[in-house]
Amino acid sequence: MTTFAQTLARSNFLAQKRRSAFYLLVALAILTLFTREVKPEHMATLGLNTTRSVQWVKLPDLVVPVLPTVWVLATIVLVLALWDLLRPFRRGGWLLGIASFSFLAAFLVWAARGTSFSLIGILSASLQLATPILLGALAAILCERSAVINIAVEGMMLSAAFTSVFVANATGSIGLGFLAALVTGAILAAWHAVLSIQFKVNQIISGTVINIFATGLTNFLNQRIMQEYTQFNNEVTLPYLSQLVPDLGKIPIVGPLLFDQTPIVWLGLILLVVIQVMLFHTRWGLRTRAVGEHPRAADTLGINVFRVRYTNVILGGVVAGLGGAYFTLGSVGRFDKLMTSGRGFIAMAAMIFGNWTPTGAFASSLIFGFADALQVKLQILIGQVNIPYEFLLMLPYLVTMIALAGVVGRVQMPAADGQPYEKQ
Amino acid sequence: MQIADTDRPMWRWQGALGVLALPALSLFSALVLSSIFILGSDVVVLTALRNGLSDPGRALFAVGKALADAYGSLFIGIFGDPARISKEVSEFLATGDTQGLTVAFYPFAENFVTATPYIFAGLAVALGFQCGLFNIGAEGQIYVGAAAAAFVGYSLEGLPWIVHAPLTFLAGALAGAFWAGIAGFLKATRGAHEVINTMMLNYVAFNLVHYLLNGPMKRGGASGAIPISRNIVESAYLPTLFPEPIRFHAGFLVALLVAVLVWWFLFKSTLGFEIRSVGANPHAARCAGISIARNFVLAMALSGALAAMAGAGEVMGVNHNLAEGFSPGYGFDSIALAMLGGGHPLGVVLAALLFGTLRNGATKMQSLAAIPIDIVAIVQAFVIMFVAAPIIIRRLYRLKAEVRWQAILTRGWGG
Amino acid sequence: MPPILELDGITKRFPGVLANDHIHLTLEQGEIHALLGENGAGKTTLMNILYGLYHPDEGRIIVRGKPVKIDTPSEAIRLGIGMVHQHFMLIPVFTVTENVMLGEETLTRGIFLDRAAVAARIRDISAQYGLQVDPDAYVKDLSVGAQQRVEILKILYRRADILILDEPTAVLTPQEVEELFKVIRSLVARGVSIIFISHKLKEVMAIADRITVLRDGRVVGTTRPAETSPAALARMMVGREVILTVDKPPARPGDVVLDVNDLHVLDDRQQPRVSGVSFQVRAGEILGIAGVQGNGQTELVEALTGLRPIAQGRVTILGHDTTRATPRHILQHGVAHIPEDRQRDGLVLTFPVADNLVLNTYYLPPFARGIQIDERTVFASATQRVQQFDIRTPSIHTLAANLSGGNQQKVIVAREFTRPIQLLIASQPTRGLDVGSIEYIHQRIVEMRAQGCAVLLVSPELDEILSLSDRIAVMYRGKIMDTLPASQATPEKLGLLMAGVHTEG
Repeated sequence: MTTFAQTLARSNFLAQKRRSAFYLLVALAILTLFTREVKPEHMATLGLNTTRSVQWVKLPDLVVPVLPTVWVLATIVLVLALWDLLRPFRRGGWLLGIASFSFLAAFLVWAARGTSFSLIGILSASLQLATPILLGALAAILCERSAVINIAVEGMMLSAAFTSVFVANATGSIGLGFLAALVTGAILAAWHAVLSIQFKVNQIISGTVINIFATGLTNFLNQRIMQEYTQFNNEVTLPYLSQLVPDLGKIPIVGPLLFDQTPIVWLGLILLVVIQVMLFHTRWGLRTRAVGEHPRAADTLGINVFRVRYTNVILGGVVAGLGGAYFTLGSVGRFDKLMTSGRGFIAMAAMIFGNWTPTGAFASSLIFGFADALQVKLQILIGQVNIPYEFLLMLPYLVTMIALAGVVGRVQMPAADGQPYEKQ
Repeated sequence: MQIADTDRPMWRWQGALGVLALPALSLFSALVLSSIFILGSDVVVLTALRNGLSDPGRALFAVGKALADAYGSLFIGIFGDPARISKEVSEFLATGDTQGLTVAFYPFAENFVTATPYIFAGLAVALGFQCGLFNIGAEGQIYVGAAAAAFVGYSLEGLPWIVHAPLTFLAGALAGAFWAGIAGFLKATRGAHEVINTMMLNYVAFNLVHYLLNGPMKRGGASGAIPISRNIVESAYLPTLFPEPIRFHAGFLVALLVAVLVWWFLFKSTLGFEIRSVGANPHAARCAGISIARNFVLAMALSGALAAMAGAGEVMGVNHNLAEGFSPGYGFDSIALAMLGGGHPLGVVLAALLFGTLRNGATKMQSLAAIPIDIVAIVQAFVIMFVAAPIIIRRLYRLKAEVRWQAILTRGWGG
Repeated sequence: MPPILELDGITKRFPGVLANDHIHLTLEQGEIHALLGENGAGKTTLMNILYGLYHPDEGRIIVRGKPVKIDTPSEAIRLGIGMVHQHFMLIPVFTVTENVMLGEETLTRGIFLDRAAVAARIRDISAQYGLQVDPDAYVKDLSVGAQQRVEILKILYRRADILILDEPTAVLTPQEVEELFKVIRSLVARGVSIIFISHKLKEVMAIADRITVLRDGRVVGTTRPAETSPAALARMMVGREVILTVDKPPARPGDVVLDVNDLHVLDDRQQPRVSGVSFQVRAGEILGIAGVQGNGQTELVEALTGLRPIAQGRVTILGHDTTRATPRHILQHGVAHIPEDRQRDGLVLTFPVADNLVLNTYYLPPFARGIQIDERTVFASATQRVQQFDIRTPSIHTLAANLSGGNQQKVIVAREFTRPIQLLIASQPTRGLDVGSIEYIHQRIVEMRAQGCAVLLVSPELDEILSLSDRIAVMYRGKIMDTLPASQATPEKLGLLMAGVHTEG
């Protein structure tokens, strides 16, 4: 009769082998999927320069032979999988990272067989498209870390996008437009806060109220005002950093990636660092997290739970407003109906996927941003990848669902998330 | 936790006044608040108000006219033009000619046409609420149901109506059940929150339908002119019940029937008891032997089926084909609807009639008074707010009676 | 010397109940003053007032000779008053250091927290008062006794010298209780004054300098241990002679109903909570599982009722292997379960009493025909059972939430005992109930036993175990230490087993 310890050890063993088998499968997939329709002489040209700015050094394009590259990548994953089978790795995290990277790299190289596409372009686009998701996730994190669920990020971003363009055109000042976006986010967040904290409305319902209101009002005003008086919807965008300081954009690789972008990308990265540090190393962060985990304990220590929550939710609204400004001032410059197209919800998934930490959310948003950028690039490579473009459009949403399913149970949300606080 | 006690079971008729007061006042207050936006975006009113101090009479007039235009057109949208109606009625009495009569009553009949998908979608969301699930994917489920119904509707020929029509309807329902079932399955097995998944499935559904209408289902094949499907065969129609141009169709009656079935299912059947228990207290339900996972999947699937019926109904009864944008947001509206109806089938039917009327009237507001139809969304947001936080209405109107409404419990993201 | 703390005429009303009725209490400096009373006597309310969580309707609080108004816990802390709550106010995912400095983050470098400095100060206080605690440990990894020390540390860190301990021994083993008493005496030696809230007579007699007894919100009397006895205190607490044992006929055990063999159960974090438990329960006998809460009893009951997967081992009920059975399957095999948490697991509070009475039988005839529920039968049965079990409710359609705790438990009992059952698993069946309800529930359990039902009783209350059980098994850290016939069980013997000490036998 086996002891319990033996049974436990055996089930761990099996789980281990399953993991190795999975990666073996990945290696196999790379080998079979990405060698189809490849002629031996096929080369893929990965551009490392952008077409936009003039750089100091024009880097040569990365020309790789497709078949050998795919083989190499598959072999890397194969070797790792075999190693894992024989001598298992302690932490599977970076194994997943390398395998994912190899898979994606093989896919890109295969999709670009016989033609070229801009690698730097897709990386730059990934960072850019990740920004609204990052900002949305940061906004949601600020709220949820103090235990207020916020699904209204979508509505806040949409409204902020609208007001930024309207005010910028109405006042002629892009700065005021930018400010308007932040204020809009704050106002909607305050509304959410009052409903959930003061009136103790179910937080998902109160978030839905905001979303429906935002969708309705922006469509309403768009039709009533923007379409009648089109001068309120003129293109207004923030200048790129590379336009303000031209030298920055000339640095190879880093230039196009970081500086040839709207400043909102930069603000996002700065906020990421600031919030991460503040959350875990300051008094404000400690109290916020305490309120999110065990509000009654915080209350007994003299912390004003309500004030902490109100503050955080409104701050979250400001960050969401910044995210909204991305869509207009940081991108196309004009407002279109429903232009956020679900990014607010994807941001929430990024937050969950990132285990409610800013750094985790950043990693997740990069993945989603990449999926988004990929889908655009693939439309260009449409002949090579025989999928209707509508299915490519579905990609970010499907990725979100899969990520969510895979991750739940392994992440830890703030313990008091979603529960209104009752003072007795 | 003090919950207002009722001495009679919930499914018996309670004091009509008490139960209706809160929803009625919520709707009224929402309309009042929305008027502010109507006025605030009206250039004439704004300029008049700017000169308000110097010319108060003009300001008042401008405000009054704007409101009169808005609500007058709403009235016409809902009831039809009174002058025309009386004219046609007298003509009918004189000559027996129904043609003019039907035209005059068209707006009124349209209320029911618009209410039909609302009933289905409202039932869908309400059923989800009863199980503690928040199905915001109704819109996507509507599209999926419509696509399936259209496909079955135009693909099969030579079948008698008595076979083809139910089959078409069922196809739509099954498609919706499958679609929402995905989210239910993910929640049951992985604990993934249905809010995100149903929302994601919405976007997938929209893209899918876009693809279908520009590809396999396109009328005229790849070279077709517009993204619209073939028309369904007549044997798959839901017949209209009045002469042209009135569009009131049998779908409304089907919807009422389905509402009764849902009521029976929730409150008189064992499966419904389980679903409600899981929604009210999943811990106790589990301890009593009820399977949480199975009920999550069942509730989501049924919810999806109901929402899809809205889409199938529109295809079979109104449009007779599938086109993009055929739903002006029925699925999203139904969230407010289900809440206004207290999550209860009877309440949903009443709320659906109200919302149908509102949306129908709002189309006239758009054409006559240039008020965008999105005003409906603004009204809805306020309605949800007032229903979810009844204390606001109670304080505002100094109501004393506590009307019970079961709020769904939030379980955060972990499911 | 004037008392360091005085409560004068404190009165507090809640809707429908007078929680504190003109209470008068003094605390001398360096004294250990016990506040004794039953559940619901008003002890915690009084202390919450002192700590600023509630506001008194009438009365004064005088601290160090000066009348004060304490509106918030911050003010209480500033006055030097600290409270260790019965349910710990610690944040599991924070470290000890973070928990201690929360709300009092005075040691900082600029705007950044200085964890190292706080940890150093914690070590100082630990050394000074003899409280062993690792500042860098995560609270969720600490034992219950260690967590309690952290709570005390929090207070000392804030330089409080009036300490309120609310039911501190409820979750401790007898050995940990002794350690706590040592800490308390050491604190008192350094000038701290302590209010010790409890309902456990023997402990209070052992540690207190003075004892004040509360009953129904009023002070019944203040005395010293030397001048009283447990029986006298019990009488003061309850107001009448307390029957400490239940009348029951001798056991006549029949066949084995429940057979548990080498059971291993894991908790949600894959940690072993039940490690090789084996026992049997026969028809017509009550097996009591004693032990301090948290030693695996909860997981054991969950495993037996199908609510938690069994990692290894076998469970057999009436000859059927139920190791992998679903909860429904187990219930259908004649098993009744009175859950530990009646409001969370036992009832749907927003459903009417009638629905709760068929919560696990609604799908069976006569309550259902196919998938249709037969309402008439449900209502008739509900009416009959309400009468039979003396459930005080305005009607069978009243929502369960509006019933008192005792009546809620009666609904659960009525539901379970009117099914054809041969095994009853009762987990803390009288937690938080008034004496009358406790007596009632105990009587019904004994009746079940007389009818030939096998009963598994799980309870941390030794008195309950001793008065009801025929045999007693003690659980400690997921294992059964020993099983004794009731006649051989004494509180001392059981106490040692509960603390993990093997007794020679």
